[in-house]
Amino acid sequence: MRITCPHCGERDSREFKYSGEAKSASGSDFAATYLRDNPAGAHQELWQHLLGCRAWLMVERDTTSHAVLSVKEAGS
Amino acid sequence: MKYSVLDIIKQGFGGNKGWQPLWRSPEPKPQYDVVIIGGGGHGLATAYYLAKTYGMRKIAVLEKGYIGGGNVGRNTTIVRADYGQKGNSAFYSHSLKLWNGMSQELNYNVMFSPRGLLELCHSDGQIEAYNRRANMILAQGDQAEMLDRAAVAEYAPYLGMENERFPIKGGLLQRSAGTARHDAVVWGYARGADALGVDIIQNCEVTGFDIEGGAVQGVQTSRGAIKAAKVAICVAGRSSQVAAMAGMRLPIESHVLQAFVTEGLKPFINTVINFGVGHFYISQSDKGGLVFGGDLDGYNSYAQRGSLGRVEHVAEAGMSMIPALGKARMLRSWGGIMDMSMDGSPIIDKTHISGLYFNGGWCYGGFKAIPASGSAYAQLLATGAVPDYASAYRLSRFETGHLINEEGTGARPGLH
Repeated sequence: MRITCPHCGERDSREFKYSGEAKSASGSDFAATYLRDNPAGAHQELWQHLLGCRAWLMVERDTTSHAVLSVKEAGS
Repeated sequence: MKYSVLDIIKQGFGGNKGWQPLWRSPEPKPQYDVVIIGGGGHGLATAYYLAKTYGMRKIAVLEKGYIGGGNVGRNTTIVRADYGQKGNSAFYSHSLKLWNGMSQELNYNVMFSPRGLLELCHSDGQIEAYNRRANMILAQGDQAEMLDRAAVAEYAPYLGMENERFPIKGGLLQRSAGTARHDAVVWGYARGADALGVDIIQNCEVTGFDIEGGAVQGVQTSRGAIKAAKVAICVAGRSSQVAAMAGMRLPIESHVLQAFVTEGLKPFINTVINFGVGHFYISQSDKGGLVFGGDLDGYNSYAQRGSLGRVEHVAEAGMSMIPALGKARMLRSWGGIMDMSMDGSPIIDKTHISGLYFNGGWCYGGFKAIPASGSAYAQLLATGAVPDYASAYRLSRFETGHLINEEGTGARPGLH
């Protein structure tokens, strides 16, 4: 699996740290902390380019094929 | 047909032409008392105990593919009872007791082999932690003993004791733990359930629930509608998708866990070894293949395959623990989809929908749980209450704060 960092270009996923579903908290604290959509298909998630520029990235990835659909800097 | 030595001899003289299929392939009936979604180990065990212990007969197990084609055929077959948390330890202790009698119970050889499980310790602090763990296991009534460095070297002489980064200082040995033949567990429970009248319906995918007035009425499937007053979800790996059809969001993420097997070798690894700090474990199958694996890849996945980074990590950890492993050739690798719950422990409970029940969130510990999970789920379906040994696995515990977090890693499923 390879992720194209907007700053560093296409890199192996080993350079990145996964940080889970990227979804703004809504509803109760319980739901925001513990419940997940867990889709089979397109999934919005946060990765950090830990062994690169250390930027936090918003990645859309297909969980059934691992294909990376889009990458942008988190918060942009 | 009850199997016996006499049968084997008779069939041998008859050219083995008289054996019958282990289960029927019935058409789905329009209505059952209980419909179990998922023909894995847990679903089939649930059906078996519902029929055997509670005398229910109108039961269907619906399987999207073929039985035993999911995680129960993809795991690394380890059975152990070495948990420390209240709620877990009683459950896995009970499960290990059921494993010991399973082949007799099912009249089917599941090849349960209590060959022991050794957890390695690499520091004084870790030895203290494992002393505490061993005492907890003993207090639960299970078997555990601490080995010093010399005893580890004698018990498992192929270990690299002089590992620079993690020198082996001792280990926790549970002699009553071991491995079993995973396919045989599926086939044994399927045969037992079928003989008691359970309909095992393969190639039958559930596509929706019929829910009226907050109560389940039945399911829609790829082979038509089936009515049932009780519907039991038992599809670990795909729990979120099935629960979503009933409008539920679960405290579960799906992650991929890889496993590996080498070519068949002569007897080499005599036990199950867990090299926790290196994230590596290994055993040897009865066919001779070394079966090993490590941690989750760490990202959400339904792909049943993982990334090269984890393959490298597992190979490195294996080589550092057992240097001779480098001489073996890896034959296959595969991935299974783990229902990772938010605290690393499973769920067996009713849902907010009357008649709809949920069993899932087994993380990577589902195989050893099969008999206890099946009997607890069967009791819940038949009587409305779970037995004491499974009473901590409430779906509501995430909301009430009664988490069972064995690893202490918080709501980060990729880290359990």
